[in-house]
Amino acid sequence: MSSTNKKWFSLNLNSKHKQGSSSCGCGKTSGGCNSHKEPNTELSEEEFFDAAVDASIGEERHKDGFDQVFDVKMSRRSAFKKLTASLLIGAGAVNTSCSFLAGDESKEKAQIDWEEQFKGNYKLMNNDEKKATVDRLVRSYQLRTGKTISMSSTNAEDDVLFGYAFNISKCQGYMDCVNACVEENNQDRNSQMQYIRIHEMEDGKGFNFNEADDNYYHEVPAEGHFYMGTQCFHCDNPPCVDVCPVQATWREDDGLVVIDYDWCVGCRYCMAACPYDGRRFNWSKPEVPESEINKNQHYLGNRLRKKGVMEKCTFCVQRSRAGKNPACVEACPTGARIFGNLLDPNSTIRWVLENKKVFRLKEDLGTEPKFWYFMD
Amino acid sequence: MRRLKVFKRLVIDSLDVITHGSKKYHLWMALLTLIMLIGMYCYSIQIEQGLSVTGMTDRVSWGLYISNFTFLVGVAAAAVMLVMPTYVLKDIDFKQAVLIGEGLAVAALIMCLAFVVADMGGPSVLWHMIPGIGVFNFPNSMLTWDVIVLNGYLFLNITIPFYILFRHYQGKKSKKSVYVPGAILSVFWAVAIHLVTAFLYQGLQARPFWNNALLGPRFLASAFAAGPALIIIVLAIIRTYTAFKIEDKTLKKIAMVVTVAAQINLIMLISELFKEFYAPTHHSESAYYLFFGLEGKTALLPWIWTAISMNVLATIILTFHKLRNNFKVLFFACFLLFVAIWIEKGFGLIVPGFIPGPYGKIAEYTPTGIEIGVTIGIWAMGAFVFTILARTAIKIETGELRYKKDK
Ligand code: SF4
Ligand code: SF4
Repeated sequence: MSSTNKKWFSLNLNSKHKQGSSSCGCGKTSGGCNSHKEPNTELSEEEFFDAAVDASIGEERHKDGFDQVFDVKMSRRSAFKKLTASLLIGAGAVNTSCSFLAGDESKEKAQIDWEEQFKGNYKLMNNDEKKATVDRLVRSYQLRTGKTISMSSTNAEDDVLFGYAFNISKCQGYMDCVNACVEENNQDRNSQMQYIRIHEMEDGKGFNFNEADDNYYHEVPAEGHFYMGTQCFHCDNPPCVDVCPVQATWREDDGLVVIDYDWCVGCRYCMAACPYDGRRFNWSKPEVPESEINKNQHYLGNRLRKKGVMEKCTFCVQRSRAGKNPACVEACPTGARIFGNLLDPNSTIRWVLENKKVFRLKEDLGTEPKFWYFMD
Repeated sequence: MRRLKVFKRLVIDSLDVITHGSKKYHLWMALLTLIMLIGMYCYSIQIEQGLSVTGMTDRVSWGLYISNFTFLVGVAAAAVMLVMPTYVLKDIDFKQAVLIGEGLAVAALIMCLAFVVADMGGPSVLWHMIPGIGVFNFPNSMLTWDVIVLNGYLFLNITIPFYILFRHYQGKKSKKSVYVPGAILSVFWAVAIHLVTAFLYQGLQARPFWNNALLGPRFLASAFAAGPALIIIVLAIIRTYTAFKIEDKTLKKIAMVVTVAAQINLIMLISELFKEFYAPTHHSESAYYLFFGLEGKTALLPWIWTAISMNVLATIILTFHKLRNNFKVLFFACFLLFVAIWIEKGFGLIVPGFIPGPYGKIAEYTPTGIEIGVTIGIWAMGAFVFTILARTAIKIETGELRYKKDK
């Protein structure tokens, strides 16, 4: 709809699934957000019909194209595998000749490692392949540590578009969200990686990020200050996704911008492209003490990462796709954080968008963040 | 079949040429090998421990590697300034210089690719980027464009000189109809590698320091100054140490190219400075950081001011015919210009793009010893590759190396 030619100013929240339905994702009841535009006079009935069809199944058409490419790709990839099969056989031969030393388990481990090294991009996998890689990762973890994790590969649900709102008046800078996030998402403890940054700002100076302190160590709330949190905003038109040379990061149908940690080559181009400081890189091998590992994982979410790959907030995909709130929302003692489905007219987030004066950061860049700020 | 035999002979002969030489030559190659080994050792540490051994952080996520990559793309593109007049305009002056220039382009491109690989967090999964086997995000990602144009340019710059040398090796003349189309193509290609590399940065709305329309053209101007400047220096060295004849006229013509490019570059610099400082906005902060420092953080100040003074001085020297025609002064000016642009188009361009960060955070970047080790190692590799290429080419061109049927 209007989003194709005017994507700068209108976030067309409905564009993915709900064409033609009466509710609008923008939060306004009707007509207030440009995404409801009736066919205007310049379009004849026929043209409009075409445009509407295009808008509603455009995505699917696109996908078909992908599938075609995907098929070719897979066959080529398997050709590549065959090419290197001699290597595999060689390795296998060595392996079997030493088999009285190497147990079945280490053979299986080697097999898993091999398949993991040459698997495809998660974005292009079908459900069986997704399940296979998840199973491999779970098994691999079991072989290595003797512990069992659960890892899901749940896909985006229909009629869901996640959004987030942040109440600046409520936030007191306690940073409980930051700690909960680190624990939930198995972030590297050595480098103290954090997805969320809380900016402490001075009263009377407005939203002056330049003078804000995002690394404070004193008692909060500090006199004469207010607080504002930032993280990945899951932009609807994410610049980080366009620049990735290998499509290791993409926007899922429920609006989450995710990364396939195994496909990322670590070029950090996406980091340079993100205007919101939303991405974090594993400069060295991330380490989480075994006892602190969150074993309830999602492939695209909090599973353990390796060194040299990008990661970021996923709105806790392992939780949100299971119908729960992200860890930061749950941990916030003040209720400053609100999360929900933008397409559900009864959700709290929709209430906030409809009744509060909301704004987003750097709207001029056309990134359409799905993260709104508001005040009481 | 015969071609294959000739090719085999050529490889054997050039191996011979490469491994034999004066004491000075051996010393030079040994030195380069040593530096390369040190670089490789540093790289192995980086592989082992991750990119945390470099000075890069989440705040400044590109550093010395990408800076050098950017600069070297410019050097590679410059070979074309010599290709065009020689092959197309029938200006025979340049013919000798061209092979050297293209050798330089090949070496620069190999260094570029090495720098990109050194910068990757996961070099073991780089196959994800190979079209067909992996997923190539074309045409969305400018990086994929860059991969295509750089490799294409590398291919052109290997095949054209190879064809010419291969013919000369057999004592035959090279056919114009074969190499001229290639040469013309490579002219456009050189502009493309440069623009595409500039677009890599220019297209990021997140970084106002890069997101300006002048970035691409300025890349071109500075490249066409720094590249030929390097070629002049290299030709001067070759002229003194080998039998390869390069006329004064050739050097003077290249100097002319350098001069014009340097002047244009300076004009663009002035335009840029005017825009940033006449009516400074929030978006001028990176420029402020670069030229004056922000909040007491001034790491780049000495560098950029050195670069600018060298740049201005060199441009002034080059502008006066009297000075330019004195070879000693010319070489000095070329050296100044080369270093100045290396600073300016290297970390003077990349690092300030990240400072201040998206929310105004100012975190400085200083490269670590390991990073510098890898960088110098890659430069040594470039010099090594170039020496080999140039040596073989010169031997063939001077007629010392010829195909003999039955040896
Ligand atoms: S906030 Fe940054 S990382 Fe997150 S979707 Fe937007 S551009 Fe990408
Ligand atoms: S760092 Fe990874 S996710 Fe980011 S652009 Fe590079 S390959 Fe893509």
